[in-house]
Amino acid sequence: MAVKVSYNTAELVCISSARLLEDGKVVFAGAGLPLLSAILAQKTHAKTLTILFEGGVIGPFVEPGKLPPSTNEQRCATRANMVLPTTDVLLLQQRGYVDYGFLGGAQVDQYGNINSSYIGDWDRPTVRLPGTGGGNDIASLSKVIVAMHHEKRRLVKKVDFITSPGYLSGGNSRKEAGLIAGGVLKVVTHLAILGFDEEKGVMCLEGLQPGATVEKVKENTGFDLMVKDNLYEASAPTEEELRVLHILDPERRYTTARGE
Amino acid sequence: MERSYLELREKVEKKDKGLREKVKSLSEAVALIPDNVHVAIGGCHYSRTPMALIWEIIRQRKKGLTFSKSITATEGDLLLVAGTTRHIITSWFSPGVTWGVSRIMRHYVQSGEAQYEEWSHMSLGLRYKAGAMGVPFLPARSMLGSDVFKRLSNVKEMSCPFTGDKLALVPALNPDVAIIHVQKADPYGNAQISGFPFMDKDIALAADRVILTTEQIIDNSEIRRTPDRTDIPFFCVDAVVEAPCGCLPHECYGVYEPDFNHMDMYVKLMMEKSVDGVKEYLDKYFYGPETFEDYLDLFHVKDIVKATLSAKKGYGG
Repeated sequence: MAVKVSYNTAELVCISSARLLEDGKVVFAGAGLPLLSAILAQKTHAKTLTILFEGGVIGPFVEPGKLPPSTNEQRCATRANMVLPTTDVLLLQQRGYVDYGFLGGAQVDQYGNINSSYIGDWDRPTVRLPGTGGGNDIASLSKVIVAMHHEKRRLVKKVDFITSPGYLSGGNSRKEAGLIAGGVLKVVTHLAILGFDEEKGVMCLEGLQPGATVEKVKENTGFDLMVKDNLYEASAPTEEELRVLHILDPERRYTTARGE
Repeated sequence: MERSYLELREKVEKKDKGLREKVKSLSEAVALIPDNVHVAIGGCHYSRTPMALIWEIIRQRKKGLTFSKSITATEGDLLLVAGTTRHIITSWFSPGVTWGVSRIMRHYVQSGEAQYEEWSHMSLGLRYKAGAMGVPFLPARSMLGSDVFKRLSNVKEMSCPFTGDKLALVPALNPDVAIIHVQKADPYGNAQISGFPFMDKDIALAADRVILTTEQIIDNSEIRRTPDRTDIPFFCVDAVVEAPCGCLPHECYGVYEPDFNHMDMYVKLMMEKSVDGVKEYLDKYFYGPETFEDYLDLFHVKDIVKATLSAKKGYGG
């Protein structure tokens, strides 16, 4: 009988999204959970995954226990292959060298648009969030994985503000706006792995996290979610994945349990 | 804020471009910044922040400045609370993901007291680059279709005359003054940056005036032995100030990591007491000390030793 491992929702999201990052690819990772998740992938199944950070780094090996709170500081550059100006590292995405963009999401809508700027009215917002940083560039220019906590107020029908573009208003609207490459690939939450209907550009349920049900996912989603026919259940985090994760983030700065 | 090409050239033409010594005190250098101009800040987030210059700008009670910076950290809070600025052009504004969203930024922006003009990180970089290149704009495939684009009044869309592709055109950003901290500079202003270059070379070339602080002033002969490592040429630079530990509590690559204890202390004060907390901080650390050395004296030696030892490992980790 398999030993039952325990993990919290943030650890699940981190591990589940790390599994999407394939060996031999290039990932542009944002600060916070994406940074941790990309490093986890590199330390487990994707040894030759190349990580880029917006500070200007190509291919670092960030030290366990020293995960920086920003992707623009020196600890992001440990044992890197190259350090270059910010604008130039971001432009690598425009050239097409980046396989995945990897972002967190404060608020994401059914078209995969991400809001990290305003909650409420733009002119008098209830909350002014930190803003795009490189998020808009990543979402405009690369195929994006979004890692987030699954809550009704976070997965909404329409975001208050499109900071980082997904499929805009669905259909062909992203391409018509001039964003002819990239687009949201997956949204990984603690309840589900969500993909997108290619024609409609609308989010759909592809996989359930261990223990989650379609009902529970729908209950926690702010719009009517389509369910794919070949729905699968993702496997739980392994002991090995959790072990490596705890070495990388011993103080649980990025993987504090939330909403449980 | 678009400025005419000939006016920009004239500013550069009028500069004294001789290989002359420009070493100044912190207060003399900051006196070169008038009120109501646009100041670009070098570094990014809490890395290589020209904190000594910001410290002096706040103390000289400058008014009506517009600041631009690739990513804004705690220095943005300080400039807002001190009343130095009500307009910040940036792509992200908060101390760092693990510290949460700046209550100061929220306070001033949510009430409409201050403007946070949000650009994507790359488009802000391209704006400085256009400024540095002497062209009025650069095209990008970013920001299209987003509300970041819609909210901005000075960005345009066009079809490429060659391919027909839709492109965003971002206008050149030519600051009146650039303030930049580097690891090494000679007395003439030749500057060598270690670690992340960020957007600093473009900012220096785009600006009318450049004020440098440096961890160390080195001899021109050292520059001439390693000219391939020079990032900013002397003729851009108007003032050089020697300011060891000039980024604290932020980091300076290879010299010191952030003083995380100080950052934690600041963030706690700012998050708990908002504007009042930052006023307390400014009184103690900015207005209180007589000199920048006295400001540094308020840090804890053991924290700085730790930050210094960690930084010495550099890329080796």
